Amino acid sequence: MTKPKMTGAKAVIESLYQENVEVIFGYPGGTVLPLYDEIYDADIRHILVRHEQAAAHAADGYARATGKAGVCLATSGPGATNLVTGIATAYMDSVPMVALTGQVPRSLIGNDAFQEANITGITLPITKHNYLVNDARDIPMTIKEAFYIARTGRPGPVLIDLPKDTQTEIIEFEYPQEVKLRGYKPTYTGNEQQIKRAASLILKAEKPVIYAGGGIVISGACDELCALAEGIMAPVTTTLMGMDAFPSGHPLSIGMLGMHGTRYANYAVQESDLIIAAGVRFDDRVTGKISAFAQNAKIIHIDIDPAEIGKNVRVDLPIVGDAKNVLKGLLKYIKQEQVRTDAWNKKIETWKKEYPLSYRKDDLLRPQFVVEQISEVCPDAVIVTEVGQNQMWAAQFFNYRNPRTFISSGGLGTMGYGFPASIGVKVGKPESTVIDIAGDGSFQMNSQELATAVQNDIPVIVAILNNGFLGMVRQWQELFFNRRYSQTCLDGSVDFVKLADAYGALGLRATKKGEVRDVIDEAVKSERPVVIDFVVEREENVSPMVPAGAAINEILDLE
Amino acid sequence: MKHTVAVLVENRPGVLTRVAGLFSRRGFNIESLAVGITENPDTSRMTIVVNGDDHVLEQVMKQLNKLIDVIRVSDISHDETVHRELALIKVGVDSSTRAEVMQIVDVFRAKIVDVGVRSIVVEVTGDESKINAMEQLLRQFGIKEMVRTGKIAMNRGAKVVQKDKR
Repeated sequence: MTKPKMTGAKAVIESLYQENVEVIFGYPGGTVLPLYDEIYDADIRHILVRHEQAAAHAADGYARATGKAGVCLATSGPGATNLVTGIATAYMDSVPMVALTGQVPRSLIGNDAFQEANITGITLPITKHNYLVNDARDIPMTIKEAFYIARTGRPGPVLIDLPKDTQTEIIEFEYPQEVKLRGYKPTYTGNEQQIKRAASLILKAEKPVIYAGGGIVISGACDELCALAEGIMAPVTTTLMGMDAFPSGHPLSIGMLGMHGTRYANYAVQESDLIIAAGVRFDDRVTGKISAFAQNAKIIHIDIDPAEIGKNVRVDLPIVGDAKNVLKGLLKYIKQEQVRTDAWNKKIETWKKEYPLSYRKDDLLRPQFVVEQISEVCPDAVIVTEVGQNQMWAAQFFNYRNPRTFISSGGLGTMGYGFPASIGVKVGKPESTVIDIAGDGSFQMNSQELATAVQNDIPVIVAILNNGFLGMVRQWQELFFNRRYSQTCLDGSVDFVKLADAYGALGLRATKKGEVRDVIDEAVKSERPVVIDFVVEREENVSPMVPAGAAINEILDLE
Repeated sequence: MKHTVAVLVENRPGVLTRVAGLFSRRGFNIESLAVGITENPDTSRMTIVVNGDDHVLEQVMKQLNKLIDVIRVSDISHDETVHRELALIKVGVDSSTRAEVMQIVDVFRAKIVDVGVRSIVVEVTGDESKINAMEQLLRQFGIKEMVRTGKIAMNRGAKVVQKDKR
């Protein structure tokens, strides 16, 4: 059979079909004109954003919500550099993404040509891998490899830089059946001996704690996690990235650990004799003062990325492998009658009663109350967050029940992530209610995407917990800088209701507790892009809190 | 402590940047790095000497292994190895010192590869300490220029660095 002849641009589109790509988030420009000409007729949905950063975040949100690889597209130079924050966000949180960028024609590369930037160089430290296509005939294999690398092992973003002239060159198209990557062979199956040793440690433990993270969600191991927790009757604490890995309402759930974790999770970790860490990376926001972290515990660390093991803490028993496989392997050895955690669970129960997550219940409209109300009215919603106080309250006060329902920039902590990500989430899960729990600061970093939501008819809800401050920074200034609120007051911000209206979205406002439910109901019913301005208490703090550099049991309640 | 790491990589543009970039952004110190093609033209081999304790070395190796273009990383510090470095040293001479320099070159089994009126270029091969010693001795005559390749190393006997991952 003769191979069909086509342009490089067409070959890109054909390759994306082969990878079952349904949607591209992008923004056109000079060096991607041939590609956009193909997109004009292509059977792939294209969402036109208003800033390339939003294309990357939307592709990321789509990927986190669906588990599929997200695709974003931008032109060379500024288009490509505008993707950088979004790519770095995806890299830190292990999100499968393929970023396509245009590049100046090959003959001009290195000449400081118009809209030229060395994007493969720039993104070297923030991609799992990247490519500069030097020959149009390499396009199919490059795309095949890019998706393979992005999706497998520890997922991550891969960038493909496509010089404009490779897009117009004619090639014979044949999509490769398999990739040959000598240097890339992820380990999925855990070592059986290690698993056996882990099981024997687990059965001997009297005070075990399961510490679960985003890797559980990525691996699809939530059921196995639940089975293990119930099998050994061990409390489960999750990282921010693992909020949706274990049901918040489960009797064995002790919530999030670390800087803004629950007191009882932090106490449990510090007193534990065995930490079973799965799909986590012992981030500094989790461990606090590392030399004082879980000193009484042996640590089992399960992760697909061998480089995470032993990076931050000493590990007594490493298991490299996919969390789902390893947990399944562990379950074979767990016999419930051997479990000796009764006393431990009683102690944790006492802590839970003594130190619940709480806030002042008075007549004032407090942000935690708004999150609780969202949780009650929309229990099945996918929650997306911005970064800062809004993110912590969203983690603390929403009742998560299913994986891929909490979507947040955990590692990089990217303000402005939530709204464009929520657009990607809604595109991937159109049947779900998608709510971006936002702050007034973060939302204003990408509020231009209201146009994207309106133009493409993507009904997401932005719930702004509007305190007129960069709240988390203000909180640190209050606590550690003598209330000197240097540049954190956002007085003079836009009227968010009018802003929504100007874009053709629905703007709603609540200033009293009694109005909260009504506006949430109205937002959900409208089936339009909505911005709700919740005018909340201005100087509310996220509590409890472990001060930076302290051990995680040195946790304070803040008023 | 110094470690010698042999790294097999894809022979492709940009691979050196990926490896060097990794060292700098993770805060690892490269003592020397030598790279060249292997018996397989698709594969290059780097010999990297890195300074750090065992924890640093473990992270270096794991992070290198994560690079898609890195085929194999092997710590050969504790193996029986042949390791060599080559240096070219341009020494200032005149008629009164030339003979003495040539004598030193002889003793070290080095070679004179260029002779000028006021200088000679010495080529010396050996392990690091030999080259250091040579440098020390020639310094008194005035070293005008020196270039060193960095260490390359290979296991003695039949043992080789494996050519695939795990």
